[in-house]
Amino acid sequence: MRLGKIKQVALWATAGLVVAALAGCAANEAAEGAAGASKSSDGTNDEQLSGQLNGAGASSQSAAQEAWKAGFISLQSDVTVNYDPVGSGTGREQFTAGGLGFVGTDAPFSADEASGGGQASCAADSPLVEVPVYISPIVVAFNLDGIDELKLAPAVIADIFTGKITNWNDPAIAADNSGVELPDLKISPVHRSDKSGTTGNFTDYLAATAPDNWTAGETEEWPAEGGEGAEKTQGMVEALTAGNGAIGYVDAGQAASLSWASIKVGTEWVAASAEGAAKAVAESSLEEGRGEGDVVYELNRTTDAAGAYPLILVSYLAACEKYEDAETGKLVAAYFKYVTSDDGQQAAAANAGSAPLTAEEGLSAKVSAAVARIGA
Amino acid sequence: MSIAELVKGGERTASGRGDAVTTLAASKPSPARRAKNALATGAVVAAVVLTAVPLTLVIWAAIRRGSERLDLTLFTHSMRGVVGAGGGLLHALTGTLLITAATAAIAIPLGLSTAIYLTEYGSGGRLAAITRRAVDIMVSIPSIVAGLAAYALFSLLLGPGTRSGLAGAVALAMIMIPVVVRSSEEVLRLVPADLREAGLALGSPKWRVIRKIVLPTALPGLTAGAVLGVARIIGETAPLLLVAGFTDAMNYNLAEGRMATLPVFIYTQWSSKGLDTAAYDQRAWAGALVLMAVVVVLQLAARALPPQIAKIRRNR
Amino acid sequence: MTDSRVAVSGGPAGRRSYGERVFSGSMKGAAIAVALILVGVLVFLAAKGGPAFGDGEGDLPAHATNFLALALPLAFGSVWVAVVALLFAALPAIGVALAATIYAPSARFGRFLGAVLDLLAAVPSVVFGLWGLKVLAPAMVPLFEWLHAKLGWLPFFSGDPSVTGRTVLTASVVVAVMILPIMAAMCRESFALTPPALIEAAYALGATRWEMVRSAVLPVARSGIVAGGMLGLGRALGETMAVAMVLSATPDLISFNVISSENPSTIAAFIASTFPESTGSRVNALIALGLVLFGISLLVSIAGRRIAKKGAQA
Repeated sequence: MRLGKIKQVALWATAGLVVAALAGCAANEAAEGAAGASKSSDGTNDEQLSGQLNGAGASSQSAAQEAWKAGFISLQSDVTVNYDPVGSGTGREQFTAGGLGFVGTDAPFSADEASGGGQASCAADSPLVEVPVYISPIVVAFNLDGIDELKLAPAVIADIFTGKITNWNDPAIAADNSGVELPDLKISPVHRSDKSGTTGNFTDYLAATAPDNWTAGETEEWPAEGGEGAEKTQGMVEALTAGNGAIGYVDAGQAASLSWASIKVGTEWVAASAEGAAKAVAESSLEEGRGEGDVVYELNRTTDAAGAYPLILVSYLAACEKYEDAETGKLVAAYFKYVTSDDGQQAAAANAGSAPLTAEEGLSAKVSAAVARIGA
Repeated sequence: MSIAELVKGGERTASGRGDAVTTLAASKPSPARRAKNALATGAVVAAVVLTAVPLTLVIWAAIRRGSERLDLTLFTHSMRGVVGAGGGLLHALTGTLLITAATAAIAIPLGLSTAIYLTEYGSGGRLAAITRRAVDIMVSIPSIVAGLAAYALFSLLLGPGTRSGLAGAVALAMIMIPVVVRSSEEVLRLVPADLREAGLALGSPKWRVIRKIVLPTALPGLTAGAVLGVARIIGETAPLLLVAGFTDAMNYNLAEGRMATLPVFIYTQWSSKGLDTAAYDQRAWAGALVLMAVVVVLQLAARALPPQIAKIRRNR
Repeated sequence: MTDSRVAVSGGPAGRRSYGERVFSGSMKGAAIAVALILVGVLVFLAAKGGPAFGDGEGDLPAHATNFLALALPLAFGSVWVAVVALLFAALPAIGVALAATIYAPSARFGRFLGAVLDLLAAVPSVVFGLWGLKVLAPAMVPLFEWLHAKLGWLPFFSGDPSVTGRTVLTASVVVAVMILPIMAAMCRESFALTPPALIEAAYALGATRWEMVRSAVLPVARSGIVAGGMLGLGRALGETMAVAMVLSATPDLISFNVISSENPSTIAAFIASTFPESTGSRVNALIALGLVLFGISLLVSIAGRRIAKKGAQA
């Protein structure tokens, strides 16, 4: 009979669950609409906008987009921003096919695509505005019992990931790490098994800084034989957390619990930092042959500027200068303005561990000028 | 490992002997046979332990890690506008309930009707043979393939890249229909032929006999089958990841837009994190605990539906 | 198609009432619909995935030069993980089923065990995935080292063991835990079908409990056990999220090593991880992979049914 009672309770619980879930709106969603209006007076956005803004693209930006969406709707309470982390390539294709307000992408559109026309999301012949919004250091992370600092030169990193250096006590590693007691332990290199912008930037870095040791060039799908293939950023983090002797590459924002290696820049050893990442972007030159609103950098991986950390991932937001629908243009302009503002960049830094581009004034000015072209 | 080998070893020695019943004529088992019997009993106990250990660990992990974030916010908030810690899974819970309800609304009538046709009307016929074969094949559709099929269908109808709760329900229905057909067919076959004949002898048309006699008699079993089907699909992740997508806000509209579900919520909380990784992990485990609780509650509730059903079930 | 003919042969239509016709018609409609759904699934998959079978380099993910080079290693991985999982799950499943039927101290205990198994069959695969990668994988590493040291001469344990624990062995254990309840439920059903007379006869002849099981229960249930195994194998083949989360995979690898840091991937896990960021011809290739997986699990279920039928005749 006691069992019968439990079942009765379960029945009522089900009913309650269904009613609660279907009848109630989420408390946070209901509250925003009501409380938002009072916030409208402050902030940089004078005009209160409404409507829905749809974006899609790089999954590397998803944590930052989370912060931007939340920050933006606290300023513009009647706006809904959606960001679909479908991947850079898919995002660009969807944007070209039409129906998106903006796209986030690890690799910018080609100069040809960006110069105008052919983008169904834009007004006819509108050129694209592309700005770097998410700058993230990629760290070479490792797991060695009792060791939390290492110095690794690009050639050594390349040799480790191609399987030429297989033991932690290899002379090539020891040469740069005097004073560190390297164990006699097999190196287990871990790479991403899925297609990823992180892999693309990591291989680009190796191809530029150690061309003799890394011959596979830049590729978003891991090219080399051997090594463990981990699925997505989290698969990499779990593998590095569990495996003594493992080494891999991770976005800095996800690697807080791991040990980071310093890399060799010029003759200095540099540890990953937000400032160093922003500095490396500032040290790079703009790609030539692009429009005024098309701020695309040719990353200078071989820079020897003091403090620069060139192993970075730069992810862009792309939008149109002109939209068929002026309202969409206003929404995109307001969103981009927030994202590239100091507030927006700091919000992303707090949630995603990215480098605020506002740390570099020159960079910030170029980006603001480009953003001002949207819908103008 | 050693336990598994023990089991294996026990089997091997036993199979070496003749195993016909007639060779066991001795009235009192020899010590060797008694030892073998004890070994087998031990192996059975070991099997139970071996099964119980990992399963207990899984459930324990879900309860321990999941309870860290089991607060009221979890059930009253979605993830819209949430950065880092906080937030809830109301949107995912709602999505799971909506998609599951839509799946059941497709699969239960269709599956039950098919089972009625197979047992009451078509037995021996060609259509019944074809349908039965089709159900057999559908059972072996891997869930991710069902997701791909739903994706292919909806992208042919509505263009590529469409994601909606309905597409998720269609994918899950492909998995649930054969479960419902099979269990319903089994239960309907258990209804004594005398009952049907008695009804027909009184001059009732066949469809009334089915509705008034066969279905009510089989109801407890049919309910159990339907719940089995729901339990089979409510934790499905892969097909929903493909066709229902994910969103951080409430969506009550099955026909349009991405819809979050609990399994996909768990997966995305684990797979794409912000800087405060612990908060995301906590939400993932809390989602796992809630999902498991929903399954348990559903199963218990199904047994309680009308009390007499439970009574009949227990007597069966 | 064959509809009209079937409708005519349905029975003496003239004598049936309106209600009868509506009812039986809708039941038949449902049966036809179910058959058509399957046809639809195949047509949609073939329409979208068909073109990929002839694809060359560039249209396919993971640097495969042709479809076979993409599908073969993944198909191998799917079967390999599923078979290893089946090896782990088979004996415990039979043991638990015996415990719930023949060895149960009381009918109540048997029912309890059965209910627990039903419940466990419903634990979602993402939960197993989370547990596998957070708890099980790190715990497996010492076992790998032990296996490598003691049994390294076997191809399964040769080479350097993985230090992360994210291997075929770990994934198989997770999958085994997941399919165990399903297999146990099938075995339990067939054990319960043993004629009581047979059991009593065995005891009357002086058989111990184990001898009774061997001579009366297992022979009768053999086909049920095989069918349960095949069902479990089919489920293991299609298992997606748990494998995708637990296994560190190299998609173009064929290897029998179960503790290496380089592991083959499975079709289902590969689709799940590649699909969200795929477009155009790559989506078609993934759908074609889905067809291949469907084909494999269909073969398994046909084989299972054949064996079960043969057992029933013997």
